[in-house]
Amino acid sequence: MATAALETAVDQAALLEFLLRIGDNALILGHRVSEWCGHSPALEEDIALANTALDLIGQTQLWLGLAGEVEGKGRSADDLAYLRDGYDFRNILLVERPNGDFGKTLMRQFLFDAWHYLLLKALKGSTETRIAEIAEKAFKEVSYHLDRSRDLVIRLGDGTAESHRRMQEALDDLWPYTGEMFAADAVDAALVEAGIIPEPQSLKAGWDEIVAEALAEGTLKKSADGYMHKGGRRGVHTEHLGFILSEMQFLQRAYPGATW
Amino acid sequence: MYAQMVKTDAARVRSLDEMDPVERAFQERVDAGQKIEPKEWMPEGYRKTLVRQISQHAHSEIVGQLPEGNWISRAPTLERKAILLAKVQDEAGHGLYLYCAAETLGISRDQMYEQLHSGKAKYSSIFNYPTLTWADIGAIGWLVDGAAIMNQVPLQRCSYGPYARAMVRICKEESFHQRQGYDALMCMVKGTPAQKAMVQDALNRWWWPSLMMFGPSDDASVHSAQSMAWKIKQNSNDELRQKFVDQTVPQAKYLGLTVPDPDLKWNEEKGGHDFGEPDWEEFFNVIAGNGPCNAERLEARKKAWNDGAWFRDGLTAHAEKAADRRAAAKIAAE
Repeated sequence: MATAALETAVDQAALLEFLLRIGDNALILGHRVSEWCGHSPALEEDIALANTALDLIGQTQLWLGLAGEVEGKGRSADDLAYLRDGYDFRNILLVERPNGDFGKTLMRQFLFDAWHYLLLKALKGSTETRIAEIAEKAFKEVSYHLDRSRDLVIRLGDGTAESHRRMQEALDDLWPYTGEMFAADAVDAALVEAGIIPEPQSLKAGWDEIVAEALAEGTLKKSADGYMHKGGRRGVHTEHLGFILSEMQFLQRAYPGATW
Repeated sequence: MYAQMVKTDAARVRSLDEMDPVERAFQERVDAGQKIEPKEWMPEGYRKTLVRQISQHAHSEIVGQLPEGNWISRAPTLERKAILLAKVQDEAGHGLYLYCAAETLGISRDQMYEQLHSGKAKYSSIFNYPTLTWADIGAIGWLVDGAAIMNQVPLQRCSYGPYARAMVRICKEESFHQRQGYDALMCMVKGTPAQKAMVQDALNRWWWPSLMMFGPSDDASVHSAQSMAWKIKQNSNDELRQKFVDQTVPQAKYLGLTVPDPDLKWNEEKGGHDFGEPDWEEFFNVIAGNGPCNAERLEARKKAWNDGAWFRDGLTAHAEKAADRRAAAKIAAE
């Protein structure tokens, strides 16, 4: 049934592209978050971050697994994660930003979670059953991610002068990477047309609202909307992605064909 | 064994007749297998010994995140990455229960951290060894968690209630950890010659440090005798080590690996293996801070703590502000 649904008239190349975008976001952010394991400022944070990373890796398995099916060349989620080079990755630049201090990690998470939450909420109503099913599961997890990251952004924004300064700095540094979440191209247009995904711009108002409320409560000042960096969604990344991949893919590259 | 060579402050184990009535009543309850709970009277030495042991155990879980965390970003498949993340997360959770159990004895988590960072409190020697290949992650699950289970199963019957109860949940999770480690190695030994060689190399490096986890022979140790009298400890180090070797050798054989001990052989008469003596000089060196990773492990923990000070201060300040606002709102409403 599910396979039949995927064999409709929808542009399969566009569908694949979308699945790589959403799957790579989860993979790369999951990787970044997992870098904190054992190094975070409080034991409770180690546990919570590992949980977030675990959810994101689980979502990666589902999205990239489906991407492999849609592609129809027999590639598994692992093949896609471990055997593509940077130019084939489709994640937005925001998720590959280095962790920085814990404040920057939390701010990146919040800015992403607010968007991810709205995207998944919309995808639950996708005309593509398999996408709707994955979104249903991921939405529950991401609702919790957003509760947590929003709460911490508020508390640290309205904490000490030092925590406020760090959160404001994190926000200003990351802001230019938020525009890419709402960018649209021909891939999006084809899938929006088929009712598979929401119009990217349609998420902007909701995102603005979630972000503005949290920033206000956390006494943080919204950054000025200036130049927005883009490129990840079409495979043009920052220098950071190559290092993530060389670490992540080391064993698969060093021992080709081995089973782990 | 995540707690090694825990001191008790005892010069010798005293008999019931030498105790005053309160202590005697305590000892009789312990002897009868009853649990001691936080608010009940206990000898000061019992309390201190438990704080040492439980905090050492908690610190081991926390420091233990580091050698395994070292490979999360390089795990070879999404599934292995998820399993490893879940395992390291469990360890942080174990640390949390154990710090809470120790807190019932009148010490705070911050004080315990302070003792870890200053070097006053120890953690298990095993976590001062490096994880050099992916096979080390499997080997830690199989051997290190296997050795920990040997020690922790009897601790479920420990006389101190909160510690015993924490151990019940921890043991369940440790048993999953051990299985996943063995499973990862099984997959590798069935793989390419390079993978199999990687597993053998891991066993060569982790075998002896795993045997050292139980600590040197404590048959003559007054601390062990006292801990046993208090039912904080149930078995001697040698007993547990023997049990571990007897359990693990057939598993190594099943994996097609060679245990790196020329003296290892089955002794029909005792119904167990004879095996060589670990290098105790190396063990004492690691305990003294000279292991391959002691400096890095402690530095990593101190850095996490120090770098995170602003985060913890920020949350505390916010909680105080929020409380003030609630109080002000209440006054305004009245």
